[in-house]
Amino acid sequence: MSSPAKRALLDPIVDDNPVTLQVLGICSALAVTTSLLPSLYMCVALTVVASLANASVSAIRKVLPNSIRIIVQMTIIASLVIVVDESLKAFAFETSRELSVFVGLIITNCIVLGRTESFASKNPVGLSFLDGLGNGLGYSVILILVATCRELLGKGTLLGYTILPNVADGGWYSPNGMMLLPPSAFFVIGLIIWAVRTWKAEQVEEPEFRIHEVHRTEAH
Amino acid sequence: MGGQYAELFIKAVFVENLALSFFLGMCTFLAVSKRIDTAFGLGAAVIVVQFITVSANSLLYEYVLKDGALAWAGLPEVDLSFLGLVTYIGLIAAIVQILEMVLDKYFPRLFHALGIYLPLITVNCAILGGTLFAVQRDYTITESVVFSVGSGFGWALALVGLAGIREKLKYSDVPVGLQGLGITFIIVGLMSLGFMAFAGVQL
Repeated sequence: MSSPAKRALLDPIVDDNPVTLQVLGICSALAVTTSLLPSLYMCVALTVVASLANASVSAIRKVLPNSIRIIVQMTIIASLVIVVDESLKAFAFETSRELSVFVGLIITNCIVLGRTESFASKNPVGLSFLDGLGNGLGYSVILILVATCRELLGKGTLLGYTILPNVADGGWYSPNGMMLLPPSAFFVIGLIIWAVRTWKAEQVEEPEFRIHEVHRTEAH
Repeated sequence: MGGQYAELFIKAVFVENLALSFFLGMCTFLAVSKRIDTAFGLGAAVIVVQFITVSANSLLYEYVLKDGALAWAGLPEVDLSFLGLVTYIGLIAAIVQILEMVLDKYFPRLFHALGIYLPLITVNCAILGGTLFAVQRDYTITESVVFSVGSGFGWALALVGLAGIREKLKYSDVPVGLQGLGITFIIVGLMSLGFMAFAGVQL
């Protein structure tokens, strides 16, 4: 695989992750992660939409007038999301109910629009497809991590299978109900960001204000 | 009669806060919460846009898209609800664009204060989310209007609150890896925990 293609595909997974570094697409990353199964569906849905939207926007990038590009991109994305939404309703009805409005919200997921706008409108079709795929995968990695933490600690199960036997069923694990509630999603992502930035120190943001000591003689 | 609407309003502001319990509009929420005054401007814009778009979209759903809604046009068996998403986003984009032009012409100061944030409202999931919730929960037109103002207000409240905390936070000594985005997530988590205290409030 040639080097730009490899970078377009692999960079977004850790080095330039859409969720933890570019701060995109967080809404759904938090909302659907109470258990693993809906998160997996969401990952697939988003990756499909992101890569196809990138490819289609890139295919028409030379004929698309600049002034109406946003609305055209939105329409492409919305149509793709309708296809995904209808197929989910047809083949995985239960899960699509659980995901409720969040499949529709892929339209306003900033990862998709962000990538079509910043990458696909300047790059060839193949590369754009890989970039969409890469960003979808980067998003999926974070989603799966968060969902695994929340379902395992909140219910003691993964994909519905018992991993940690509950006290209520005669096991030893007493589930932490808070993991299923909204606040814990924020905490888990916050901790993941902390971990990633400790590992990759160059991602740390510059503080706006630095506390520094002033000697008494310098102060007035 | 008014009581049910008051309850819906309070519920939309506190109990089902779009930002803190449904995580909608998070991208803007995190990006624009660095200063109180911009947060305030954006919050106001979101309330207005939310009110207009959710009301318009629910009218559209009621009279055009819903199963059998085209009966007034003599087409009772047409179900256009699968076109929902693309129509809503088109309407939202159009309304934001019109609002932008109106503000530019009649309220130029407000227009300049809002700057880049106004067009960004189009891709704010709180707006589309509000519409989708109103449709999914089968709100009537009046209920949708109340819900839209309430949810917009709740989102703005959370945004201004977070901006206030982040302004103070600049001067604290946060662990290196947690600076910026990381600590913001933790704070939003704590705020969300605070808002959970409203769960189960009955009027």
